[in-house]
Amino acid sequence: MQRNHNHTTIVTVEKVIDETPTVRTLIFSDEVMSNVLPGQFAMVWIPGINELPMSVMISNESGKAAFTVRKHGAASTGLFNVQVGQQIGIRGPYGNSFDLKEGKLLLVGGGTGLVPMMRLLIHVKPTDDVTVLIGAKSKDEVFFEDLANRLLENNVHKVIVSTDDGSYGEKGFVTDLVEKHLSQAKYDAVYVCGPEIMMYKTVQSAHSRGIFVQASLERMMKCGVGICGSCCIGEDLVCKDGTVFDGEHLSKNKEFGNFHRNKAGILENY
Amino acid sequence: MEPNLVTSIGPIRLDRPVMLASGILGISLDVFNRLYRSGAGAVVTKSLSTEPWEGYPNPTIFSVKGGGWINAVGLSNPGAENFAKMIEPNKDVPIIVSLVGSIPEDFENMIKQFEKCKVTAYELNLSCPHVAKVGLEVGDDPELVKKIVTTVKNSTNVPVIAKVGLGTTHYLNTVGTAIESGIDAITAINTVRAMAIDVETQRPILSNKFGGLSGTPIKPIALRCVYEISSKYDIPIIGCGGISTWEDAIEFFLAGASAIQLGSAIGDNWIDVFDEINTGILQYMKKKNYSKIEDMVGLAKKS
Repeated sequence: MQRNHNHTTIVTVEKVIDETPTVRTLIFSDEVMSNVLPGQFAMVWIPGINELPMSVMISNESGKAAFTVRKHGAASTGLFNVQVGQQIGIRGPYGNSFDLKEGKLLLVGGGTGLVPMMRLLIHVKPTDDVTVLIGAKSKDEVFFEDLANRLLENNVHKVIVSTDDGSYGEKGFVTDLVEKHLSQAKYDAVYVCGPEIMMYKTVQSAHSRGIFVQASLERMMKCGVGICGSCCIGEDLVCKDGTVFDGEHLSKNKEFGNFHRNKAGILENY
Repeated sequence: MEPNLVTSIGPIRLDRPVMLASGILGISLDVFNRLYRSGAGAVVTKSLSTEPWEGYPNPTIFSVKGGGWINAVGLSNPGAENFAKMIEPNKDVPIIVSLVGSIPEDFENMIKQFEKCKVTAYELNLSCPHVAKVGLEVGDDPELVKKIVTTVKNSTNVPVIAKVGLGTTHYLNTVGTAIESGIDAITAINTVRAMAIDVETQRPILSNKFGGLSGTPIKPIALRCVYEISSKYDIPIIGCGGISTWEDAIEFFLAGASAIQLGSAIGDNWIDVFDEINTGILQYMKKKNYSKIEDMVGLAKKS
């Protein structure tokens, strides 16, 4: 019988990889999650601690999936601290996914926003010319650079890292790199996931040039199924209408890049 | 005569009888507009409190095998003042403001915040089953219900609805008290106190342990309550609880409801559910030769 995606399935963490001092990837076996599309997410229950929305990470082993988490608040730190052999609950997958275009592609990821980009990379065609821009605060916080290169070994590709403090790769914000690349060459599609200001600037850079662009949004999320309303942005619900929205749509959304909602649902400025 | 969906719930007149229930999707005016365009006759806001509430940590929702949801979102809301500012520009959408509080003054103070807003009605949440000192704990205290309803009725000319549920005091007595105190209509019922335990990890799933069961499992219970209220009292009723199809809606009309609310069905069928139910109701009315919703209300009590 097909699994009801709203029901919680308990899985056991089989492997933990330290990506940086604050970022870990937890690998587990689950056929459904191993096949999710880039941009889709799962609600992940850490028993006794919390439940949080997570992009589903790729795994190179069949039937396995992963989550890559940065410790930040109580919930994400709870997931970060999960050890091999511990159980977590998953439900989903939820949400839509990126429209896969062909040709010259620009993928932009900041922090754990790289997760859906890695998932997208396993779908690119061998004929695609792919540039991946990775944004990080400092050298310590750079991850997935090797993975991106490995996933693209059969493609014409570039993986470029920028750090805010210049301790690795190019110095500055990744959005400056986006602007530089888009002004120098003609891209067929741009995909972005990361902090919202980064996505906002990337969407603006691409959309103003008439380039197809999509962003995978993140919002305060409680239910994941379109009931609680806490993830609304304008009239859209990130869990049901997204997480992926295209630039044409986002350019008309007055909350995107300007406001987010707190746990009580109050709009706050970025 | 071509049927139409117009309905009256006492002094409240709506162009369509299917509303969004409180607690669902209710924190953004943009979303209210979208729901109204999608066929909702009115939207009921999340229950607002005097101060903003963050609600409970996740997990706040659980999908029950066999159907239905258990939620303990914890009445998270931006507070009456912030919310009133957000809906002030609204001209088009019939908004029913749901309020939750512990004492009559809470309700009185919140209503003052909405003086500049177009409010179709207030719905007093006397039945949330999972937050202490409000909701059911208020609804279970007849003296408090009396004081709150009297105070609210003296504070506003806007129609006031009481939302009742299954607590320790029989809901029919709560309805009676609310009617004696001047309430304009009743919404029945709220979610039913429930829980879920994971057998692998051997823990309650919801962070609050207990939550409110909604969706198809509670529909027969809600329907029974609407039938009982309409049999005992002459008061306009809004049916709520597990409605997900047009047949469900018709059942509630036949039991005595003049309008209905839904929430969980959105989690199953998304926003299209409003249009689907409206269309189904109209087709049923054509088939049975009814011109207005009122023609159906309470018909099941005849037999």
